[in-house]
Amino acid sequence: MVDLNELVHNLSTAPLDLTAIAVQSPREVRVDVPLPQIPGLADYLREHFRARPELIWAEDTRAVHDDFTLRYIFELEGADAFVTASAAVPASAPTFPSLATRWYLASRFEREIHDLFGLVPADHPDLRGLPRHQFWPVDYHPLRKDADPPATFEDSGTPFPFRYVEGEGIYEITVGPVHAGIIEPGHFRFSVEGETIINLESRLYFVHKGIEKLFETMPYSMGVQLAERISGDSSVAHAMAFCQAMESLAGAAIPPRAAYLRVVWLELERLYNHIADVGAICTDTGFALANAHALRLREDLLRLHARLVGHRLLRGTLAVGGVACDLTDDQIADLRTTVAAVLSDFNEVVEIARNNGLLLDRLHGTGRLTEATARELQIVGLAARASGINADTRRDHPFAAYENLPLRVPVFTEGDVWARWAARVEEAQVSYDLILRAVEGLPYGKIAEPVAELPEGAGAFGLVEGWRGPIWHWVVAGKHNSLARVKIKDPSFANWPGLHYAILKNIVPDFPLVNKSFNLSYAGNDL
Amino acid sequence: MLVEVIIEFVQTLAVALGAPLLVGFVRKMKARLQGRRGAPVVQPYRDLRKWLAKDVVLSENTSWIFRFTPYLLVATMLLSALIVPVLTTHTPLGFMGNIIVLMYLFLLGTFFLALAGLDAGSAFGGMGSSRAMAIAALAEPTVMIAIFAIALRAGTTRLDHIIVHYSADGLLVLNPGHLLAFVAFFIVALAETGRLPVDNPATHLELTMIHEAMVLEYSGRYLALIEWAAAMKLFLFLTLLANLFFPWGVAPSLAPAALVVALVVLVAKLSVLATGVALLETALAKLRLFRVPELLSGSFLMALLAVVSFFFVA
Repeated sequence: MVDLNELVHNLSTAPLDLTAIAVQSPREVRVDVPLPQIPGLADYLREHFRARPELIWAEDTRAVHDDFTLRYIFELEGADAFVTASAAVPASAPTFPSLATRWYLASRFEREIHDLFGLVPADHPDLRGLPRHQFWPVDYHPLRKDADPPATFEDSGTPFPFRYVEGEGIYEITVGPVHAGIIEPGHFRFSVEGETIINLESRLYFVHKGIEKLFETMPYSMGVQLAERISGDSSVAHAMAFCQAMESLAGAAIPPRAAYLRVVWLELERLYNHIADVGAICTDTGFALANAHALRLREDLLRLHARLVGHRLLRGTLAVGGVACDLTDDQIADLRTTVAAVLSDFNEVVEIARNNGLLLDRLHGTGRLTEATARELQIVGLAARASGINADTRRDHPFAAYENLPLRVPVFTEGDVWARWAARVEEAQVSYDLILRAVEGLPYGKIAEPVAELPEGAGAFGLVEGWRGPIWHWVVAGKHNSLARVKIKDPSFANWPGLHYAILKNIVPDFPLVNKSFNLSYAGNDL
Repeated sequence: MLVEVIIEFVQTLAVALGAPLLVGFVRKMKARLQGRRGAPVVQPYRDLRKWLAKDVVLSENTSWIFRFTPYLLVATMLLSALIVPVLTTHTPLGFMGNIIVLMYLFLLGTFFLALAGLDAGSAFGGMGSSRAMAIAALAEPTVMIAIFAIALRAGTTRLDHIIVHYSADGLLVLNPGHLLAFVAFFIVALAETGRLPVDNPATHLELTMIHEAMVLEYSGRYLALIEWAAAMKLFLFLTLLANLFFPWGVAPSLAPAALVVALVVLVAKLSVLATGVALLETALAKLRLFRVPELLSGSFLMALLAVVSFFFVA
């Protein structure tokens, strides 16, 4: 364990010119770092605490002090502790030192900052556009406060500079962004030798909706509704991360009953997604029987949600300061019987699937993501646990009522499609168990507390383990109940590059299966 | 003679009109086995009507091959229907076409479909064509050997004569060579008609497709023709399996009563086979593409054993 006071002491004695070092919360230390010392601080934290940046973003604070603000959240390995570092980037010279060669994930955050704010990471090895498509003018940086959208967006005509693989017998297969099935848009470019994939590049961000900018234009009371719509299958998780950030800003605690109900909503979301994915992975091998039943079970759960809270995808359940829906005793009885019936049928479907040799042959060894690669890419959540990384926010950084509900974290070392499939099966059991324990121990009392006015200019983060993995929301309060900045990280942002490595040396017809085993969100990635 | 021509016409009509029903039946069975209600069995007819009414969208890069292939496919299937003894062994064109001609009629269609897949120049068409050719090349020897196994014992390659010969053999289903040839031919029929575990006719995943990838660029009446031809291919393969390996019921004369019996028996046999296909497709997953050669070489081995067994058992 890391003692935060000791950490503060160490940081203040380190030769890094850090200022304003303070313990912000029982799990967070904040520091201000001079711009040139960012790599020094990163190296110091990596060396002493095996820390890695999980979230990097910029804020346009020119109205306050003529500078942009750059922020980093470092997660300390094996400890419930974070270091949030802030640095000022002068508007007159908008460059900052890059961490791209230290962490691949950092290089992607920096590309994002480069596109959205026009701040230049110095010596960045790959400054190709990430969210910016060829329809955006090069000098248009939408997250600047004074950004003026062009009247029309026109294709500049420059193709995206993909990595090009040459050689005898090598050819390219381009797929998407429009697909045959009803799925989100993404462009995949395979370089293949016969059927064997030797390189995959993807181009996403076809559904950039400007969500982070939208948060800045609406009163914060509507923030929960917007957060629920970031990624449709993670409504609860995103809304919860947003609520936690807001509550942390206001210094508010939620009532115990709300904390337990949050666990119920979040685990129901995990359960219906895991069940659907277990079936969907089977259907991608042509074993449609499992999928037909998984879809039926998912439907049973969605109807249960509609009965409990009035929305099939559990929207409208959360509120800043607590939850918006309570459960009556009758509803709890309904919840118990329905979930128990669904899980017993689900176990039967899993048993049928496990006894299908052809299916197992397709899953085993396909799309293997090694632990080393997963660690280098900072893969998170379910995909990380399938590749041998023992991490789960619910256990490592408990929120809601998880502190009182210890849980088993299934970890698989194979890293293949089978491991991601089996991890879902196991986690569905854990979710079921958590739901039962949460309604069992459900305390009586209020379900929400009013939240005090947000201190203008202050920022805080919320962190939730959604069904894909950890979801981060960073929220800065603005004037008159507005939000000055919201930064969102969906686990898909970190995990998409994992697919590029998992697919190597696999064959083209196995790609849909590997892709489905990750089942990443385009909407959550293309904010 | 006139009667024979009419019967022949009726028989071809039975294939042409019955084929979509067979496809609809297989889909319905699959849906029921998965616990779904499924589309009505007449849905394939509705799809054909819909596509026939729609405009054709043609890629600028396509040549005459792309437009010619759908007609060729339908023509080869209708021609095959004249050769295959569907209802009666009195096929006037039987003397023209034996089982070898039949197989190469099927292959002619496969060949042109592969060309058409390449023609539009899309990545998927090329992928589908390359896979379809690889599978056709592996399946063809099995088809020939399996056929020789039955032809050897019958002493002829004429389909009508083979059926007449086998109808007289009461212990047919106990003959190991016959059963081996049946299994080999059944596996090849699954591969040739694009069913699981080789190809998945129900998939929406472009990257996994074989037959569907080749026809991805087709629309309107061309798509209707191709789907119709594919349905007829399934019908003919299942009819071959039904009538060659279980020859009872095929009308030995042109007597109306015998023909009616033949029709009823055919429907019964096809229903059993189609249910078998649906059961397989429900229980099986699709093979990894690189495992397909293993399956086909297994079926080749069975066909070979069927031939060898002729010299010991028959």
